[in-house]
Amino acid sequence: MADRTWTSHGRTRRSTRTVRVSASALIVAAVVLAVLIVPPIVQLDEQAVDLSQKLLPPSWEHPFGTDDVGRDLLLRCVYGLRISLLVGVVAALVATVVGTLVGAAAAAFGGWTDRIVMRLVDTFASVPHLLLGIFIVAMFRPGVWPVVASVALTHWLSTARIVRSEVLSLRSRPFIDAAISGGSSRWRVTARHLLPGVLPQAGLAAVLMVPHAMWHESALSFLGLGLPSHQASLGNLVQTARSSLLAGDWWPTLFPGLFLIIPTLAIAGLAGAWRERINPRRRSELML
Amino acid sequence: MTVGLHKEGTAGHRLPWGPMARMAGRRTLLAAPVLLLVTFGVFAVADASPFDPVKAYTGTAGLTASQESLDQIRANLGVDQPLVTRWWNWLTSALTGDLGDSSVMRQPVADVIAERVGWSALLAAAAFALAILLGTALGVLAARRRGGWLDRVASSAAYTLEAAPAFWLGLLAIWLFALKLGVLPAGGLTDTGSDVVTFDQVATHLVLPAAVLGISQLPWFFLYVRQGVADALDEDPVRGARARGLSEPVVLLGHALRSGMLPMLTLIGSRVPELITGALLVETVFSWPGIAAATVEAATSADFPLLAALTVLATAAVLIGNLLSDLLYGLADPRVGFDG
Repeated sequence: MADRTWTSHGRTRRSTRTVRVSASALIVAAVVLAVLIVPPIVQLDEQAVDLSQKLLPPSWEHPFGTDDVGRDLLLRCVYGLRISLLVGVVAALVATVVGTLVGAAAAAFGGWTDRIVMRLVDTFASVPHLLLGIFIVAMFRPGVWPVVASVALTHWLSTARIVRSEVLSLRSRPFIDAAISGGSSRWRVTARHLLPGVLPQAGLAAVLMVPHAMWHESALSFLGLGLPSHQASLGNLVQTARSSLLAGDWWPTLFPGLFLIIPTLAIAGLAGAWRERINPRRRSELML
Repeated sequence: MTVGLHKEGTAGHRLPWGPMARMAGRRTLLAAPVLLLVTFGVFAVADASPFDPVKAYTGTAGLTASQESLDQIRANLGVDQPLVTRWWNWLTSALTGDLGDSSVMRQPVADVIAERVGWSALLAAAAFALAILLGTALGVLAARRRGGWLDRVASSAAYTLEAAPAFWLGLLAIWLFALKLGVLPAGGLTDTGSDVVTFDQVATHLVLPAAVLGISQLPWFFLYVRQGVADALDEDPVRGARARGLSEPVVLLGHALRSGMLPMLTLIGSRVPELITGALLVETVFSWPGIAAATVEAATSADFPLLAALTVLATAAVLIGNLLSDLLYGLADPRVGFDG
């Protein structure tokens, strides 16, 4: 009985999975196109203030409505997503490089180095991420780089752990022993055999980190600790929309949030498919 | 609850206090260096930053103050001493209960924490209770029919909620319940103009922030219970219970939920960081007078003494949460034990 339910479920789930992955791919493509192409093509000033157009509800002319100084919110959201995505990608890249180097070094050197490094990672991890980010930004702000640095510094820990355990499991494989007995140096083994084996996992972690980093940046910006207001990210948009919301106008708050949620779900959907590819045996339903 | 999970039907069963206490003691010994390192890290980051304690302490008054009085303040604050000396002074006075003075609240840091920590604990407890109860109920219902409509709707909603920032949910909740429907207050602890904190006032003001914080924590609990119960439903004990002709509720709640709840038990303690993250956002949105909102205020005005103390406090809370979850796990699953 268990087998039968598994098969029937497996089939329906596989087809919904295909739909989910294609939809995710479409959304990610649309997001990338929008943030790359819209700014150079549209030639509209997203900062142009027009007080006669302020706080218009969504309409054909302004699909997302306008904000409290008459700026088109669709355009503001696209620019905001562009800035959030840029910060997210840069922070995720920095965090991945740091995490991969630390994790690989800990596993490669082993012994005391490993123990001390992983203890440091645990210590770092016991400070709540957003709080650590808030602390770093509070000390170094204002500016874009403190935000990027604070997001990157709070995100490399998981990558370091993943890379370390991956390197440790690779190192026990026969082909590594073969390379070592063949006379390869420690560096050659690391560069030729260990790193290429680790990169898919690190890459997957990096992709999953992008929405997380965007979320982090938005939270910092919303708290007034993030990007300066002339570089309005999605978090800044929600922050400035707060006064309009308390006056009863919902659209300046709603749409920037949706612009954060939908790309996050799409990236998670794609990364889930990728994870099944590189880890077919660990087909976890929990994409957390 | 944990006793019931530990062993069925033994009313007089004693908890393994000895091993639990030894584990707690071991963990406390391990936690001390972590906390020391975090306090030192906090001072080192501040030392490396362009942050000037004298400017932060004097605020706008510092712009017009004479150089001598600024130098006097600098000497009083002891900021010219080397990093290690300042850290050691802070640490030794912190152990006697003196955490310095908060410049933004204009009162000792210890008083700020004492006044506010209770409100944060109330909010967190209400939110956690909601997330656990609702997450367990929905998780069991969804696991009962995997792939059914309830499962699909609840799972999609969980992934969407997981991606939604808590501050955004909070703002939309304010718009709907406080502005459109006018049924609940938009923030604060009491109505404006009322100085007396009454039970009714606090209860109505607690509903929205606790619901938003709880719902932002809900997806994890729901997804873990759903996964755990669904896995347990495929296992032999459940099949055996069904074969013995036990009723569906007994199979579901007495057998599948009991083993399916194990992964969630470890989550209860290890979710403290996410709870703190959510509280930082939710307390700020709802102007809740807790320590998380104070943290954000301290950060915006670069109030180092308050921010440092609250960062260390949060780290301690995380470590306690980890210990708690390991103890619960050891209780619920005797195979795990208390050796960690």
